[in-house]
Amino acid sequence: MSDKNTKGAPSQRGRIWFEALSANGKPVAGLPDSVRAADIDLAGKPARVIAVVPDTNNRFPRARNGEVGLLEGWNVARAVRDVVKADENSTEKRALIAVVDVRSQAYGRREEAFGIHQALAAAGAAYANARMKGHPVIALIVGVAMSGGFLAHGYQANRLIAINDPKVLVHAMYQAAAARITLRTVEELEKLAATVPPMAYDIGNYAKLGLLWKLLEVEQADAPTTPDLALVRDTLVAALADILKSPRDLSCRLGSETRAASVKVRKLLREQWA
Amino acid sequence: MDKSQNLKSNSFIELNARERARSILDTGSMRELLGPFDRVTSPWLKEQGIVTQADDGLVVAKGTINGQSAVVLGIEGSFQGGSMGEVSGAKMAGALELAAEDNRKGIPTLAVLLLETGGVRLQEANLGLAAIAEIHAAIADLRQYQPVIGVVAGTVGSFGGMSVAGALCSYMVVTREARYGLNGPQVIEQEAGIEEYDSRDKPFIWSLTGGEQRFATGLADRFVQDDVDSMNAVIRELAKAGVPASLRDQRIDEFLALLDSIDTNVQPNSAQVREIFGKGVKA
Repeated sequence: MSDKNTKGAPSQRGRIWFEALSANGKPVAGLPDSVRAADIDLAGKPARVIAVVPDTNNRFPRARNGEVGLLEGWNVARAVRDVVKADENSTEKRALIAVVDVRSQAYGRREEAFGIHQALAAAGAAYANARMKGHPVIALIVGVAMSGGFLAHGYQANRLIAINDPKVLVHAMYQAAAARITLRTVEELEKLAATVPPMAYDIGNYAKLGLLWKLLEVEQADAPTTPDLALVRDTLVAALADILKSPRDLSCRLGSETRAASVKVRKLLREQWA
Repeated sequence: MDKSQNLKSNSFIELNARERARSILDTGSMRELLGPFDRVTSPWLKEQGIVTQADDGLVVAKGTINGQSAVVLGIEGSFQGGSMGEVSGAKMAGALELAAEDNRKGIPTLAVLLLETGGVRLQEANLGLAAIAEIHAAIADLRQYQPVIGVVAGTVGSFGGMSVAGALCSYMVVTREARYGLNGPQVIEQEAGIEEYDSRDKPFIWSLTGGEQRFATGLADRFVQDDVDSMNAVIRELAKAGVPASLRDQRIDEFLALLDSIDTNVQPNSAQVREIFGKGVKA
């Protein structure tokens, strides 16, 4: 997978990390093959892991490579809301862990016609609602976190964790399409990305934006080793503890120098509000 | 529409974001926050040789609707295609956060979002995307207390992460001039090919993503003509209606059942979508 476009073999990273984390878990039934969910034990606490994975037989042909399409958006929403409903009367709210490797939202005619924006909203709202109800929500970025796919599956999390690897990237649009929309060449975009951190694709530059909670060094991103898995589990446990003593909004993303304008805007708005 | 009506009608679409906001709030109640004179502009555009705008293309207008505290957030579609950068995104997210806070303090405050936007401003890419995630979070929060009313009037329409923001709103209002969908036609064509989506075939694009179609298929709640008074009346009605009994994004089983009934071996047309969604989605 390059940062140029969506072509190329589907990434199996999301599936690999999902399966590694849920090896001793209980799979959640009733979901399509492109949405995997399992209930696991995380250092004595129950958690649900959710991933969107490639499914070559997906009924929707434009969502066969791990994209978040109509079925994926609505079913992720279901997998999340079922947890919230089940824990409604419990004081201990189960954690939700989104394993993120979503090459994009699905680009297609069927998707637009049947309201893919509504499907993505369903997933995003489900995570946001879970977070507001007190469920710790963590996104573990192991591959691509692209645009609408990430907004639906992961970006509403209390904490964002990524692994440091060349195939891990976060962005709003692949370069070929971004070049067409902004009337620039791919070369021009690459040049800008080298000096403007928010335009870059790599996770190193993304880390500069102050949005990530942790960036993890693993030995094998495509085949996690036992120490890799231990590191990720320990980090998830640490994230849970950190979330439990923090506000449940997204304010922890606002600390960096790179996002100074985001802070200034909020400060001035507050001064002028009443 | 005959000519005499045309002369009397006062176009909403022809207004800029500031004028649209003023036309929605109670007469004389509007106060702009972080306006052009505060000069909080994009810190990222200048170094890319792009002229900034003193309000970064987003109007934060506080005032009242039906005498109740309200904030109208108007995206100026003529600046960078209404795209969301760090500053414009933070203005919208920050204002929605304060509105939710007001509700928790016992000051019922509602919001109206005027969506004329292509989504993320690609020159600020990841900071635009991050801001949109924060806008989603803030809508999901505020709508628990008071209506968040989305409006896509035209002519830019609403796309990308901001169409997802629209889909999170308590109510969505569209006109015939609105286009409302996730991916812009050019991007779909770029990613999926011209057979899948011909970005130059305007009638085809309108037939699937135009305001009339979105209303007919239950993905929007009100269809309004391009007229200031009509728009004002509809917003007032929805503001009074309060928080809706059910939100579209929570009707998961219903939508999944409808998607199950689709023959995905063929490409759908406008009439087929109306037939399938017209039954179920439209309550």
